Amino acid sequence: MNFSVFLVSYFTWMILTSFTDVKELIVGFFVSLVISIVMKKYYRIKFDVKFPIRVIKFVFVYLPVFIWEMIKANFDVAFRVLSPSLPINPGFVKIKTNLKKDSSKLALANSITLTPGTLTLDVKEDTLFIHWISVKTLDEEEKKKKIGGIFEKILKGVFE
Amino acid sequence: MITVGYFLIAFGAFFYFLGGLGILRMPDVYNRLQAGTKATTLGSFSVILGVGLVNLDYLPKALVIIAFIALTNPVGSSVLARASYLKGIKPTDKTKVDEYKGGDEK
Repeated sequence: MNFSVFLVSYFTWMILTSFTDVKELIVGFFVSLVISIVMKKYYRIKFDVKFPIRVIKFVFVYLPVFIWEMIKANFDVAFRVLSPSLPINPGFVKIKTNLKKDSSKLALANSITLTPGTLTLDVKEDTLFIHWISVKTLDEEEKKKKIGGIFEKILKGVFE
Repeated sequence: MITVGYFLIAFGAFFYFLGGLGILRMPDVYNRLQAGTKATTLGSFSVILGVGLVNLDYLPKALVIIAFIALTNPVGSSVLARASYLKGIKPTDKTKVDEYKGGDEK
């Protein structure tokens, strides 16, 4: 059994049902227990000295940038869909990343998918394959800066 | 607060409409996925947040649902795009470069 998984799933259960109903609390306890036993080998969080700093960085540095980029992405797509000439210039590109851990690569891929004009297709070792709705450049460094730029820097501080 | 909530619901409904229009207008499956995932994330977020603001009892649940959508939506769209590429669905003729050629073999 993994205690952190247990806590997170029990808390989520309580938010989604109720904090006071005894029946719900008992069922939720056993459900989270089963989940934390089954998921034991897939999931690990290290609680060390840096953990609170990482959470603070995630909430106050990553989330505002992410939400702002997401809103921009939505208006970007809205603009493309509504303009009569349909201004797209699509292509599949690959970029290299410096992130090592699986969890940080997942976060990077998710962030890229929800930011303007890009959709992650596949992740292989240290290469991300991306569908870009309007290809602007094919230069390695430029591509990397345009697509993943800020997120890679921020995620490095949060996850690694 | 209730007015803001209803405004958010209307705003989200407009973005749902744009997502649908994007799926209709885009030329191939990858560009459709772009329109389908992007325009509908903000749409879902503002509709759910709007419901949470109209009835404040639902606000914590609404936030949890938003977190789960933010986690699962991009994964779903990547998997759909990757599966259709590996299945051999051709991208549109407008496509400029293809550095993913060969797909899984590399």
